[in-house]
Amino acid sequence: MADASSEQPMRARPLSPHLQIYRPQINMVMSIFHRLTGVTLYFGSLLLAWWLLAAATGPDYFAFVNGLFATWPGMVVLVGYSWALIHHMLGGLRHFVWDTGTGLDIASVNILSWGTIVLSVLLTAGLWLFIAWQRGWVAPWL
Amino acid sequence: MAMITPLKRARGLGSAHEGPEHFVRQRLTAAANVVLAPFAVGLIATLAGADLAVVKATLSHPAVAIALVALVLSMAVHMRIGMQIIIEDYVHGEGAKVLLLLANTFFTGAVAVVAIFAVMKLSFGG
Repeated sequence: MADASSEQPMRARPLSPHLQIYRPQINMVMSIFHRLTGVTLYFGSLLLAWWLLAAATGPDYFAFVNGLFATWPGMVVLVGYSWALIHHMLGGLRHFVWDTGTGLDIASVNILSWGTIVLSVLLTAGLWLFIAWQRGWVAPWL
Repeated sequence: MAMITPLKRARGLGSAHEGPEHFVRQRLTAAANVVLAPFAVGLIATLAGADLAVVKATLSHPAVAIALVALVLSMAVHMRIGMQIIIEDYVHGEGAKVLLLLANTFFTGAVAVVAIFAVMKLSFGG
């Protein structure tokens, strides 16, 4: 076996079609988002650990880190981090539904997949409206 | 398919002697995260921009600190398994794979240790 494979040059084997072959469908896009948001959260956990460590270090460093998070680039990162968390969590809940063997017909799959993206955006917007309201960035009548 | 006794199949032990542990553990930690992560998000959103004294006072409550430590532990295990699957999916060189799996364990372990230390120090009022 080993001799045969080392003497003959390897012929290119047929590969199953990859991503670029398929027309994107919502469940496939949400599956990719689930993995991407998972990776985002993996490295985003550094932000949580950093914030906690800053608080444990002392008032000056805590104020410095809070100041960084409150800059526009900082807030863009935090909005992205919170959206990734919410999206990944909704995706996980969808997987819990599928784990029970229900919701696997195409109509339900589409509804659950669209639900993940729509609800994740709405919940992220709600979270940041709360933060903006809480910090007095928006007028109190909002 | 049929070359396995029903008992062996029931035990889930093939030649690899392991099987659904990661599948089960990923869902177990996911279930914990579904409860604990929204709590942490709400807590942090409330504490956004707050003085350190307020943060310390909030974390000094045992329930808050315990929930945060539980979240960090559950999160770290969830992260390690998830990233391990991604590495095994995309990295096929044996050396690179072993190094990345090692780095994965160290990274998730380090994040957990740092975060838990910080929560405990804040909670104990140091």
